[in-house]
Amino acid sequence: MNKRTQKLLQSDGSVSVLVVLLGFLVGTILVALVGKNPLNMYKALLQSLSGYNIDNGRMNVRYIGETLNYSVPFILCGLSMGFAKRVGLFNIGGEGQYIMGMTVAQAVALLGPQIQTLHWMLAILSAIVIGALWGGVVGVLKAKYEVSEVVSTIMLNYVALYLSRIICLQLPGATTYKTANFPQTALIGNTFFQKITNNSLLNNGIFMMIIAVVVYWFIMEKTSLGYGMRATGFNKDAARASGIPVVKSISISMAISGAFAGLAGGIVALGSFKYGRVISGMDGYGFDGIAVALVGNCTALGTTLAGLLFGMLKNAQALMQGKQIPKEITFIIQGLIVIFIALRSALKLYQEYLDKKQLQKEVGVK
Amino acid sequence: MSEYAIEMRNITKTFPGVVANDKVTLQVKKQEIHALLGENGAGKSTLMSILFGSYTADSGTIHLDGKEVDIKNPNVATSLGIGMVHQHFKLVQNYTVTENIVLGMEPTKGRLLDLGSASKRVKEISEQYALRVDPDSLIENITVGQQQRVEILKTLYRNANIIIFDEPTAVLTPQEVDELMDILKKLRSEGKTILLITHKLKEIKEVADRCTVLRRGTYIGTVNVADVSEQDLAEMMVGRSVKFEIDKPEQQAGKTMLKLEHLSVTDASGVSRVKDLSLEVHEGEIVGIAGVDGNGQSELLGAITGLIPLASGTILLDGEHLETLSIRERIERGLGYIPEDRKKYGVVGEFSIAENTALKNYYLDTYRRRFGILDFAAMQKEAENLIEQFDIRSAEGSSTLAGSLSGGNQQKVIVAREISLSPKVLVVAQPTRGLDVGAIEYIRRRLIAERSKGRAILLVSFELDEIMNLCDRIATISKGSIVAVNKQHEVTEREIGMMMAGSRTEGAV
Repeated sequence: MNKRTQKLLQSDGSVSVLVVLLGFLVGTILVALVGKNPLNMYKALLQSLSGYNIDNGRMNVRYIGETLNYSVPFILCGLSMGFAKRVGLFNIGGEGQYIMGMTVAQAVALLGPQIQTLHWMLAILSAIVIGALWGGVVGVLKAKYEVSEVVSTIMLNYVALYLSRIICLQLPGATTYKTANFPQTALIGNTFFQKITNNSLLNNGIFMMIIAVVVYWFIMEKTSLGYGMRATGFNKDAARASGIPVVKSISISMAISGAFAGLAGGIVALGSFKYGRVISGMDGYGFDGIAVALVGNCTALGTTLAGLLFGMLKNAQALMQGKQIPKEITFIIQGLIVIFIALRSALKLYQEYLDKKQLQKEVGVK
Repeated sequence: MSEYAIEMRNITKTFPGVVANDKVTLQVKKQEIHALLGENGAGKSTLMSILFGSYTADSGTIHLDGKEVDIKNPNVATSLGIGMVHQHFKLVQNYTVTENIVLGMEPTKGRLLDLGSASKRVKEISEQYALRVDPDSLIENITVGQQQRVEILKTLYRNANIIIFDEPTAVLTPQEVDELMDILKKLRSEGKTILLITHKLKEIKEVADRCTVLRRGTYIGTVNVADVSEQDLAEMMVGRSVKFEIDKPEQQAGKTMLKLEHLSVTDASGVSRVKDLSLEVHEGEIVGIAGVDGNGQSELLGAITGLIPLASGTILLDGEHLETLSIRERIERGLGYIPEDRKKYGVVGEFSIAENTALKNYYLDTYRRRFGILDFAAMQKEAENLIEQFDIRSAEGSSTLAGSLSGGNQQKVIVAREISLSPKVLVVAQPTRGLDVGAIEYIRRRLIAERSKGRAILLVSFELDEIMNLCDRIATISKGSIVAVNKQHEVTEREIGMMMAGSRTEGAV
């Protein structure tokens, strides 16, 4: 075992890459085991990523647009999870914050002032604010009264789901599953994107996502607020003893965390649909965000890459079905990746074992 | 028959990243008190754990009475007549002395527990070895010194001929230390072989026959204690000449900087930890708080720094009230703090040295630029300054992670941060605990230097030597109250020991 391999094993980023590759490897074996050709899976993934259909040599850029569009909520929910995690909190409430963002965006879209630009901006802003409130409440409860954020966020997910139904059923033109169509002023579609991506659903949400990634990186790595939060996340006792306002850090971080998820909800509501949805189940972006953040090590860049991966897998599902590959294989790969991430500590143990052997060699012990 | 009761030959033991023992040899004669001396991390405890069967050596052999033995686990060690008195006692608090002693090998009559005969046997042994302790008292009701005797009785009850003592005096008052020394001599005269792990030279000189010195996992040598001085032993331990006494210039204390009045602190379960405590610390003065661990010291410091809420009383720093202020506000008023548990409260291990030295002032204009952006380059520059000033040894300069530093260097990072903030009052807890001799010397000299600059320093330490050497005035604490405040040189270690145990002496200032 040489130095370079050791260093590679120690870096979080390379572990993530390794884990993803391992997930695909096992996924490939599974596809082969059920008697399908794994090559077809990779063809679907290639097409989802690049739009290139290797079988007939045709190119359809719409797939690129869709992959990117699917990635947006994954990345934003990943940022939501990641932001809280960096402060030492486990935000399982991304789903609830996402639902609240979606709900409020839909309400503002249907009821708000129909003025160009202002309308959708207002809807998106409302989604961010409600997400921040939905998460911030948890933060305050945690910081002031030591209520476990895991329990309260899980509970709030259900509150959000049913509250969303109650609210959306009151909106204009509501049936049991949808509302009236949104006015044009509320939509965030982008005609330029539609033109170059062959009418994909890719919309202005991607700009908002990019801004969110930059904001995440900026707050965490560059500002004094982020410094205090990171210190709190790493060592709460030392942070407190050094005068860092830990209570404030926790509340604010949960609010910012919720804001990311709320934004995801707003973007999906206004970008992917032309009407409001009266949901009866959860979309799952909030939960997938947990995996995205873990794969991305809660860094801005890592989370973005992991979100793109998840978006690609989601977009590949339909393509796989077309090639007789069960689409569930993408869920299996996602699941495997998460399990392997959890096995990271096993890799660390292996590393320690290597260190020890190396040492014994150096001191000349059999 | 071998001359030696224990022979450990060429013992090597490695852990990930360290060689704890590198071909160490230890030869202990029968019926002697053999001291094992070394700094923290020299490999003493590892060697003893191998002898006691808690660890297995990678290579090397152990011989008892000339016969090679394979000590796989502590049970084997016990059956071979090896007993160990651990530094942290392994006693059940709400069991009686007898119950604790027989635990694991309870005598029975038929199928019933026979504590009566056990109690009798315990009484016999304790009389034979002059280990006075009531066999029917609950552990929670007896003193630390008595608890240690219970641990010794435990080994004797199991017919130990070799008894290992791991840093036995760390938790004792000076009087209890004297008593322990007598016990050790008594055990020797009764035919036992004693292995004493310690880094306290005075104790070795007082009681040990021979001494084996380890340094960084390697065997340095074995000497007859009578032939060497404390200075010689220290040099063997550290590997260079050591200065014991600290030059402390005479100096007039200035105005009152820290004034504690009628402080009371209650813990979460409502037990009063600090009771109506008053104390003053002046400019250019080090005030020491002497006492046995657990007498309210950590609660007192917690109340001053704001980590623990105050039940009642006032804290004045240069005339300003601190009681209701947040931790950050107290720091801003000029309160510095070097905490006892440096890994928990002192540094953020995952942060670099630069981020750690800025931990208390990162949000100020020094580093904070427009829009709350931090100037990390400025942080690093300042950290590089401190690294040089405070002689912090790090692999990658200011970007080295604090968690990867040795204990001594972590402590230097904390000391650098606190001193660089120029506090009016510096509260220091156990500043040299677990550090090697070089770092101890350095930290103590730094504290004296701060005193010379007019800083008011409040020092809590469980090492009486440290208090006696450094402090201008010594306040002895017992059960949350100050027993007396004495000037340095106007009180002896013995008198302080008496007060630590709770008795008030005449003539205290």
